[in-house]
Amino acid sequence: MNRTSTTQPTPSHLGPDSSMLRARSLVVSYGRTAALRGVTLEVRRGEILAVTGPSGSGKSTLLLTLAGILVPDAGEVHFGERCITAENESSRSRLRRKQFGVLFQFGQLVPELTAEENVALPLLLSGRRRGVAITAATTWLDRFGVADLAKVRPPEMSGGQAQRVAVARAMVTEPEVLFADEPTGALDTLAGEQVMTQLVRVAREADTTVVLVTHDARIAAYGDREVVVRDGVLPDPIPADEASVSGREEGRS
Amino acid sequence: MSTGHVLLGLLSRGQRHGYELKREHDERFPAARPLAFGQVYTTLERLHRQGLVEPVAVHRVDGPDRTVYEVTDTGRTEIHAWLRNIETPAPHVSNPLSTKVTIALLVGDAAAAADYLRRQRRAHLERMRYYTRVKTDGGSSLHEVLAADYALSHLDADLSWMETASQRVHALEKEIGT
Repeated sequence: MNRTSTTQPTPSHLGPDSSMLRARSLVVSYGRTAALRGVTLEVRRGEILAVTGPSGSGKSTLLLTLAGILVPDAGEVHFGERCITAENESSRSRLRRKQFGVLFQFGQLVPELTAEENVALPLLLSGRRRGVAITAATTWLDRFGVADLAKVRPPEMSGGQAQRVAVARAMVTEPEVLFADEPTGALDTLAGEQVMTQLVRVAREADTTVVLVTHDARIAAYGDREVVVRDGVLPDPIPADEASVSGREEGRS
Repeated sequence: MSTGHVLLGLLSRGQRHGYELKREHDERFPAARPLAFGQVYTTLERLHRQGLVEPVAVHRVDGPDRTVYEVTDTGRTEIHAWLRNIETPAPHVSNPLSTKVTIALLVGDAAAAADYLRRQRRAHLERMRYYTRVKTDGGSSLHEVLAADYALSHLDADLSWMETASQRVHALEKEIGT
């Protein structure tokens, strides 16, 4: 059988057997509404995985569950050797602070703090000295091309500038996985393009795995691979081999 | 995009003669150029030589003889093979895309339509990754970036249509309980 079980080829910079996150049979319900109905998924080390789907399909719920923010009703999430769904909240909270970065549509910067203070915040919260944290923040602002905004507060920034500061803040802890939910959703095309170009470049340099939730195919095209969530499930992978037609007829009888 | 496959698709709903096929084609694909009678008959003869259709009767009404054709098993296999083949992602492919989905539904297979749409989405997104790399890799000239923007917008428009089509086909699948 000339078929593969994956929907996309592995990116060339990845070796085989390089799983970062593995989710098995995830079920999540909000009251009577099932948001995820048995999702099994593997995120490979170093890849940028686009999770797409129509609104209400469950893609954001999937991100929150993979990031350990939401505990599923059933199923497991493994991060390397750890089964994070079996861990307690304080252990998952440490994981989110140290190894995961999270970025939402509206960067959620603290309006009273300057850009460098905002970016330094995750480091300060995990007990780093202020001087060290501010120096790191300056470096990350520079990587996203917004070093000149260091002393500026969010209300004085454009949407695109604020979002680049927010990406810098999500990356300052040098997470192994960055979870981004509609990171350009509030931006126009060119501002969104700038955020994505820098996010992808920096993630590749830092060897950060990215799980990117978006409804927008043009944003998904920045990823290495796409999975589509529909009605809380991922449809079966389609075979990579387009030529084979055998086995199609028996389904029609 | 071949007239042969469109006629095969129409014929897979039941026996037809050439005139009926022409009429049905023009009715179902109003955006397409109307088929010429000559084209219908030469296409049917070609399909017959290829073993994809078979004449089953000749109707004689007060006019010319009308040969009635039906699809063979080989013809059915061929139409499903065609439905499984993606179109080359490029600007302005929307018409073959929608024609293929229409034919998939006509041959009574919502699952085939859904499957085709997923394959086509994957091909489109792969192409969009290529144009995105053209823009982000650096070293591209402004006119290359503009051309990439243009292609991305058109591919995105196709995808947007395909997404809506997927949702409609999905709803149909649920309704007919496949």
